[in-house]
Amino acid sequence: MTIFEVFRQERKGQPYQHAGSLAAPDERFAEEYAREFYGRRGESEAVWVVPRSAVHEIDDFADELERNYHRVDGYSLKEKLKEARLAAGNAPRRQGGADPSLRSGGDEP
Amino acid sequence: MNSQGRAEFLLALADDELLLGWRDSEWTGIAPDLEEDVAFSSIAQNEIGHARALYELAARDLGTTADELAFDRAPEEYRSAPLVELRFVPDWGRTIARHYLYETADAVRIEALTAAADEEVAGLAAKIDREEVYHRIHAEMWLDRLLASEEARVRLETAVAELWPYSLGILAGSQRREFSGRVRGRLPFDLAEAEAVERGGHAEALESLWEEMTEVRRSVPGATW
Repeated sequence: MTIFEVFRQERKGQPYQHAGSLAAPDERFAEEYAREFYGRRGESEAVWVVPRSAVHEIDDFADELERNYHRVDGYSLKEKLKEARLAAGNAPRRQGGADPSLRSGGDEP
Repeated sequence: MNSQGRAEFLLALADDELLLGWRDSEWTGIAPDLEEDVAFSSIAQNEIGHARALYELAARDLGTTADELAFDRAPEEYRSAPLVELRFVPDWGRTIARHYLYETADAVRIEALTAAADEEVAGLAAKIDREEVYHRIHAEMWLDRLLASEEARVRLETAVAELWPYSLGILAGSQRREFSGRVRGRLPFDLAEAEAVERGGHAEALESLWEEMTEVRRSVPGATW
């Protein structure tokens, strides 16, 4: 048996996303099973059926110098803003309409 | 065809699909693997769905309901071909042999119906055929898979030889000859000339299938669900 990975497109124009995997003796079986598992309830516009061996997995990513500004979680806008405000001697307003980035208050890259 | 004749013809088709769907559903939970379990159960559901649509059409002609036709007749009143009545669990080889033979015969029948002058019948046949396409793909790929290994091939060949006379009973006349030609052209082994097990008689296995199938309905006659 071969493992096949199935990717599902929910609506036309949307990206294909991983739906799951299945075991099948060959491609014909895999396509038929993918149809039953991921298509017959109207949940997919289309599916891609790919033997797992055709998927190239990469799981090593060098980041030796900790350049954390490359990372989505590595750069706190909140902290930077706080520092900037202190430097400017300007406390944040509680209810602000002028600057949307103050209202959201989140960590943005 | 008058409406009585049409209803009787539709009933034969509907009974075939209902009973085969029921038999195929006996594999739910115990098919060779999980993927096949889902696929074969889905085919079983489709067949029962086709039966319902056919019963509804027949019920209109006969002034009754699909449920009454499906469940309120005595076993001897069913018009099914004995092929679909046989119980094969847990023999996957015979199950696939029947699946292939039935789908091949059904294709001949459905093709003729899509060209019928009766627009209602032709329309329904076309709808049913759009699902049957996948049943045929499924049957064909299993046929090839079983033919590819020695042990499976022997078991399949034995099963086909056993079921061949039954499968001839699904169709009559020129459709039977067409079916026979397609099967002989497809299988890599010879099939003996055989006398068809005709519609009208029933397999012994129908009795217990009928008991099970109608049990809930008989428990509270006339109830609506």
